[in-house]
Amino acid sequence: MALAPSIDWSPVRISLETSVTATAITLVTGLAAAAWRQRRSGPATALVDGICLLPLVLPPTVVGFFLLLLFGRNGPLGKLLLRLGATIVFSWPATVIAAAVVAFPLMYLTARAALEQVDPRFLEAARTLGANEWRVFREVALPLAWPGVLAGTILSFARALGEFGATLMLAGDIPGRTATIPIAIYFAVETDDMRSAIAWCGADVVISLILLGGLYYWTHAQGPARWARR
Amino acid sequence: MPIEVHIEKKLADFTLEVAFSGGDEPLGVLGPSGAGKTMLLRCIAGLERPDRGRMVLGNKTLLDTERGVRVPARQRRVGLLFQHYALLPHRTVGENVGFGLNDLPRAERERRVRILLERAHASGLESRFAREISGGEQQRVALARALAIEPEALLLDEPLSALDTHLRSQMEAQLQETFLAYLRPSLLVTHNIEEAYRLSKRLLVLSRGRVVAHGPRDEVFRRPPSKEVARLTGCKNFSRARTISENLVEAIDWGCRLRVEQMISRRAAHVGIRAHLIDFAESSSGGRAEENVFPCWLVRSSETPFRITLYLRLNKPPDESGHYDLQAEVFKEKWERFRVRPLPWHARLSPESLFIMPE
Repeated sequence: MALAPSIDWSPVRISLETSVTATAITLVTGLAAAAWRQRRSGPATALVDGICLLPLVLPPTVVGFFLLLLFGRNGPLGKLLLRLGATIVFSWPATVIAAAVVAFPLMYLTARAALEQVDPRFLEAARTLGANEWRVFREVALPLAWPGVLAGTILSFARALGEFGATLMLAGDIPGRTATIPIAIYFAVETDDMRSAIAWCGADVVISLILLGGLYYWTHAQGPARWARR
Repeated sequence: MPIEVHIEKKLADFTLEVAFSGGDEPLGVLGPSGAGKTMLLRCIAGLERPDRGRMVLGNKTLLDTERGVRVPARQRRVGLLFQHYALLPHRTVGENVGFGLNDLPRAERERRVRILLERAHASGLESRFAREISGGEQQRVALARALAIEPEALLLDEPLSALDTHLRSQMEAQLQETFLAYLRPSLLVTHNIEEAYRLSKRLLVLSRGRVVAHGPRDEVFRRPPSKEVARLTGCKNFSRARTISENLVEAIDWGCRLRVEQMISRRAAHVGIRAHLIDFAESSSGGRAEENVFPCWLVRSSETPFRITLYLRLNKPPDESGHYDLQAEVFKEKWERFRVRPLPWHARLSPESLFIMPE
């Protein structure tokens, strides 16, 4: 990079890799949870709702602390993974886990709202025409809820990109491995490396602008208007 | 193919409790809004879960709560035409009609879709989206889609209610055509009395979740079993009645004695006559001497393009209360002929037009 040979661009790469992976995980799990939730009601769903939304209301450091307890050397999941020869804490997967957990509620909430907006008669019509529930979801509910689901995906991506607290707790600051843009910026400012901090902030602004553009495009141009040719 | 339905389902303000059986002829389901008509269709289609009941279509048991049988909607092969069609907005017309044929190879599916659309008088719309076609076209496409799965029964929920008058009669003709070509049990839900009569040979009248009449349409219309059914089938004139002999009643509210053709087997509660069956005696000289003829005065009238409704008071001139006893409906040509005659006119409530509703 001729522009700034001394700047380490690895946080940008790590942040993008982490956010993309975390968003993909969130998209699948959030949609599955929303679809599951939509077909049920009762006290069990309230509990599930509470657990799903907890990461949204808890401070990220608290979420990170819980994750540390869960995935740490003595945590239930940590022990299990250790037996399989994997350590999560202070590794790249830890950045993904932290980002995914924190972004999950946004995906879950928007996907649920989008699915609830779909007129149930369309789903019923598909059922009377012989479609099983998977086909009803894939070919009717999901395409009709798609603009909302996409908005949720973009929000989740933005949240994953900005994740700091939980990531720091679980993944730490290992340059070239777990140092995402927000974490790298924090430690750059602490060590008075303003050039790097400004460069990484600039990268974040560019990515965010692209995201906002995408959000606008997907929710407007790709709304229901696309089902007419005029 | 016989259909047998017996279901019970508790709803918010009443229990839907319907039992009937039928064959391949269309059955008109009539009733006021909120009587449970749509719910009945949804139960048959498998979109709602009745609390108790049994449903058999042909030799297939769709529901038997006692044996724990409940065939899901997708396996029932019951075609349902939704009130507002429910065409999938993100799919083209061709994809909508072919939705239920997805296990066929593409070429065969497209061929079938073409034939179905042709039969539904909606050729050439394959590549359009639902929002790009008119209401009448949407209706045709929805019908083609429901028929695509070769359903064992066809359920139509207010199929004509969203169309304007001209399209209505066109679509009605098309439904007639469909019923003739498609000999399977069909249920047509409507609150339009004339539509129900024209499109179905048999009628089922629902009120607050219960069957209040079921039978051949002429029987239901000519001899409604209760005041409620009479009203639901469009009758406007009722009077409380007291039985005098087996074919003579006293109409309490109208203040007259009426001979009726119908044999009064049980104690009569009400006597009724349809507005268009009230006749007017040509000459006033016969007067009271003639049977079932009574002097009447015009209270007010209201016009439609071809008919006029006359609000009449029997036996007495009208007072300022505007009270009337009977509503008569006559064609305007006839009205033009006798409107010039001096009051009182003479209304004839002929014995064969009157019907008795038991308690």
